[in-house]
Amino acid sequence: MKGNDMVEYIVFSLLNGLLYGMLLFMLSSGLTLIFSMMGVLNFAHASFYMLGAYFAFQISAWVGFWPALIVAPLLIGVLGALVERFGLRTVHKYGHVAELLFTVGLAFLIEEAVILIWGRNAMDYRVPELLDVPLLTLWATDFSMYRGFMLLVAVCMFVALFLVLTRTRIGLIIQAALTHPQGVSTLGHNVPAVFMLVFGGGCALAGMAGVIGGNYFLTDPGMARMLGPIVFVVVVVGGMGSLTGAFVASLLLGTIQTFAVGLEVSLTDLFALFGASPDFESGILKDLFRIQISHTGPILPYVFMVLMLIFRPKGLMGTRET
Amino acid sequence: MTQAALELIDIHKSFGKTKIINGVDLSVQNGERHAIIGPNGAGKSTLFNLISGFYEVSSGQIRLRGQAITNRTPHQINRLGLSRSFQVTNIFPRMSVFENIRCALLWPLKYKYSFWHHCGSRKRLNQQTDALLEKINMADRRNIAAGELAYAEQRALEIGITIAGGADVVLLDEPTAGMSHSETDRAVELIRSVTENKTLVVVEHDMSVVFNLADRISVLVYGEIIASDTPDNIRNNRQVQEAYLGEEVA
Amino acid sequence: MRKKFASKTWLSTVALWGSAALLVALLPIAFRSGFMLTLLSEIGIMVIFALSYNMLLGQTGLLSFGHAVYFGLGGFITMHALNFVNDGVLPLPLELLPVVGGLGGLIFGIVFGYVSTRRAGTPFALISLGIGELIAASSLMLPSFFGGEQGISGDRMAEITLTPFGFGQKIEVYYLIAFWMLASAGLMYLLTQTPLGRVANAVRDNPERASFVGYNAHIVRTIQCSLAAFFAGIAGGLFAISYEIVTSEIVGAIPSGNVLMMTYIGGTGFFFGPILGAILITLMELMLAHVTHAWVLYYGLMFIAMILWVPGGMASLIMMHKPLIKGRVMGGVLKAYAVMAGPVIILFMGCMSLIEILYHLSLSIKPEDPMSLFGIEFYVQSLAPWVISLALTIGGFLLFLKNRQVVSRAWQSAANQIKQKESAS
Repeated sequence: MKGNDMVEYIVFSLLNGLLYGMLLFMLSSGLTLIFSMMGVLNFAHASFYMLGAYFAFQISAWVGFWPALIVAPLLIGVLGALVERFGLRTVHKYGHVAELLFTVGLAFLIEEAVILIWGRNAMDYRVPELLDVPLLTLWATDFSMYRGFMLLVAVCMFVALFLVLTRTRIGLIIQAALTHPQGVSTLGHNVPAVFMLVFGGGCALAGMAGVIGGNYFLTDPGMARMLGPIVFVVVVVGGMGSLTGAFVASLLLGTIQTFAVGLEVSLTDLFALFGASPDFESGILKDLFRIQISHTGPILPYVFMVLMLIFRPKGLMGTRET
Repeated sequence: MTQAALELIDIHKSFGKTKIINGVDLSVQNGERHAIIGPNGAGKSTLFNLISGFYEVSSGQIRLRGQAITNRTPHQINRLGLSRSFQVTNIFPRMSVFENIRCALLWPLKYKYSFWHHCGSRKRLNQQTDALLEKINMADRRNIAAGELAYAEQRALEIGITIAGGADVVLLDEPTAGMSHSETDRAVELIRSVTENKTLVVVEHDMSVVFNLADRISVLVYGEIIASDTPDNIRNNRQVQEAYLGEEVA
Repeated sequence: MRKKFASKTWLSTVALWGSAALLVALLPIAFRSGFMLTLLSEIGIMVIFALSYNMLLGQTGLLSFGHAVYFGLGGFITMHALNFVNDGVLPLPLELLPVVGGLGGLIFGIVFGYVSTRRAGTPFALISLGIGELIAASSLMLPSFFGGEQGISGDRMAEITLTPFGFGQKIEVYYLIAFWMLASAGLMYLLTQTPLGRVANAVRDNPERASFVGYNAHIVRTIQCSLAAFFAGIAGGLFAISYEIVTSEIVGAIPSGNVLMMTYIGGTGFFFGPILGAILITLMELMLAHVTHAWVLYYGLMFIAMILWVPGGMASLIMMHKPLIKGRVMGGVLKAYAVMAGPVIILFMGCMSLIEILYHLSLSIKPEDPMSLFGIEFYVQSLAPWVISLALTIGGFLLFLKNRQVVSRAWQSAANQIKQKESAS
C-alpha cells in the first residue's frame, strides 16, 4: 500500500472501528450490568438488539425515525422487565444453569418470532434522510452525518449511564452489586424490583443500539446470532463486572476486527517479503500458510476469549470470576 | 521426640488489607483431641480453610506429620491423610446416603479415576460402606437422597463422609451447630467413637461439648491464640474468661 | 438376602437391554419405507450424540455450547478415513470406521477438555462456545480438511467390510447404526456405574466436597469430557457413513444447540432421558418439517416450557408417576388427565391455528393463496379462520383455568392414599 493509502486506511479503520466499538459497548454495558447484578449471562441480549432494530423499522414506517428513536428502546425495556418478572424469576430457583438455558431458549424464540412476524428477508430500514449526508470528506471517501450521529448517541448514552451510576441512589446500589451482589440483598434493598429495573434497563440499552445500528448495518433475522457471541467476548475479555473493562474491550475488539478485515496479507506473503517461498504440496499446512489476515476477522474475538478464559478468567479489568 | 500430627507455625492470613489470622502457632499431638474455641469472626473457619488447602496462607507453614502441606491443593492434602467437615453442611445432595459414603471410600481404596470397575460388584467397597453406615446409625436411610435428610441426619452424614476415608487427622467444623440437646449428645458419642485412635481438631461453640470431648483447648481471639492448655486451666484462665467465657461456664 | 436382591436387578437390567436390542432389530421389518429407514437411522445417531452430551450435562454438571465440535470432527476424520480405505491406503473395514471417528473425538476431547474444565459453570460454557465458534470459523480457512463450501464426500460402499453387507442399501446402514447405538449406549450406561462415573456425579453435586474426599475435580471433568467426545465422535462417524457427505455445518452452533435442547427436553436426570429427547426431536424434525414452517417455533416453545415448568425434562415427568404405579393409585390421576385433555387440546389447536396463519402471512410467496390446516382449506384474508382460532385459544385457556385444580387434587388424593397404605402396613 502506498503511503497515502496507508494513512487513509488507518484513519478510516480507526473511525469505523471506533463506531463499531461504541456499538459493541452499548450492547456489552447492558450485558455487564445484568451479569454482574444477577449472575445471569443473558444469551438473549443480542436478540433485544435485533428487536430494537425491527421495532424501530416498524415504527419508522408508521410515524418516522425520530419517534422510533425514543419509543422503541422504551418498548424493549418494558419487554425486558416483563421477561425478568415472569420468566427469569421463575427459573431463578433452579440455579444458574437453568437461568442461562432460559435465556438461550428465549434467544431461539425471539428469532423465530421475528421470522414469524417479518419474514426471513432483510428489512429496508433506512438511515433518515436528514442525516444521510456527508459530515466530512476525507480523501475520496465520505464520512456520513449519520455516523457522527451514532457516535453522538453512544457518547450521550455512556455519559448518562455514568451519571446514573455515580450520582443516583439506585446507581450506587447497582455499583455495589457489581462487585458484591450478596451484600446488596442483605442490606435490605428491594432486590427483585432492582433486578427488574436493571434487566429492563440493560435490554433497553441493547434496543437503543439496535435502533441506531439496524439501519446502518443490516436488519435481518440473523443479526442476533452474528453479534451475540462477540458481545460475550467483549464482556469476558473486558472482565466480568467491570464497565470500564467492557468499554476498553469494546473499542479494542472493534478496532482490531475492523483493521484485520482490510489486511489481505497471509503468511505466504510474509515469507515472500524475505524472498522465501515455502511450497507445500497440499494439506493443512498449505492452507494455514494461505490464510489471509482478513479471513481471520471472524475468529479473532473467539481466540481472545478462549485464551483469556484459560489464562486470566478475570479478564483485563475484572474483579470477579463468575 | 515424637512428631506432632499437625503443626501450624506462625500462620498469617490477610484478605486484601484485612488481617484475619495474625500469627498462629499450634501443635497437635498424635491421638490428641484438640478443641479450638473463640468468639465469632475470630478466624476459626479460616484456620480450617488454611489447613485443608482451601485458602492459601499469606505466610507461615503447616506440617502434617512433619510433611509440609502449606498451600497444597485440598485433594492433595486429603490424600495425605487429613480430612475435614464443614460448618454449613456440605454433602452430595442428589446422591443417596449410601453413594455419599461410598464416594468418600473410592480414593482411599485406590480406585482413582477408574472407568473399568463396576462399583456395584466390588465387595470390599460395598461392605466397608455398609459398615460405616452402621457406625453412624444411618443404615436404615441407605437409599434416601442426601438432600432430603433431616438436618441432624445430614450432619451425621457429614461426619460419616469425613471419616470414611480413614484419614488419621480429622478436622470437624462446628459439628453440633443447630442441634438440640439430645441430638448434640448423640453427636458427641458418635464423634467419640469414630475418632478413637485418631487425631481430632474440632471447632465448637457449645462449651459442654468442648469440655466433654477435648484433651486440650486453644482459644482463638482476633486471629491470635491467647491460650492453649488443658480444659481445667483454660476454665480458670482470666484472659480467656474476659475475652470469651464470661463469669460462668456451661 | 443381599445376593438375591443383586441378581434380581441384574436380571431385570439384562431383560431391559435385551428387549431394547430386539426392538431395534425388528423395527425395520415393521417400517420398511426409505423415509422410515432414514428416520430410524437419524434417531440412532442422535441417541448416541445426546447420550454423550448428557455425560457432560446431566452427569458432570458441565453445560457445553460446543459439543458438536467432537461430533463434526469425528465425522470429518471418519470421512477422510473412508476415502483412505477406498484408495487402498488404510486397511480397515467399514464397520470399524466409526471407532476412528471416536478416537479423533477422544483426542480433541482430551485437549479441549483439559483447557476448558478447570472451572465449571459459566466459564466452561463460554469456553465451549468460543472453541465451537473457532472451529466452525476455521472450517472455511482449512479447505483441505474441511472441504470448503462443498464439504468432503465419500463412498460408503467400501472396499473392505467385516460382514457380507455392501452398505449400499439403507437397511444395511441402519443395522450398522443400530449396532453402534446399542454398543455405545451400553458402554455409556456401564460408565455411570464405575468409580469415575460416581465421582463425576459428586463433582457435579459439590466440587468442593469432592476435592475434600481426595479427587481433583479438574481431572475428573477432563476424563468425562474426553469420553463424551469419544462417543460424540462415533456418532459423527456414523453420520458421515450414512449421508456420505460432511460439511462444516456439522461442527457449528446449530447442531450444538440442537443436542443441548433435545437432551434437556428429554431429561438430564435419568439415563434414558436423552434417548427420549433424541427420539422426540428427531421425529418432530423429520416429520413436521415438511408439514409446517412453525415446527421450529414449537420446538423452541417446548424447550422454554420445560425450563420454566419441568426442569427435569420428560423423563422426570414419567418417573414422577413411579410411586403412583407402585402404589396402584394411578386411577384417579389418569381420570384427571382425561378431564384436562379436552381444554388442553382445544387451547393447542387454537394457538397452532394462529401461529400457522401468521406464518402463512409472512413466509409464503403469495399470502392470498389458500392454506390448509387439519385438512381444511381456507383463505387467511377472510375473517372466519381468525375468529375461530381466537375463539379456540381463548376458550381453551378459560376451560384450562377452570379445571386446573382437578389434576393437583387428584395428585393430592393419590399421595394421601399412599400414605394411608404405608401407615397401615
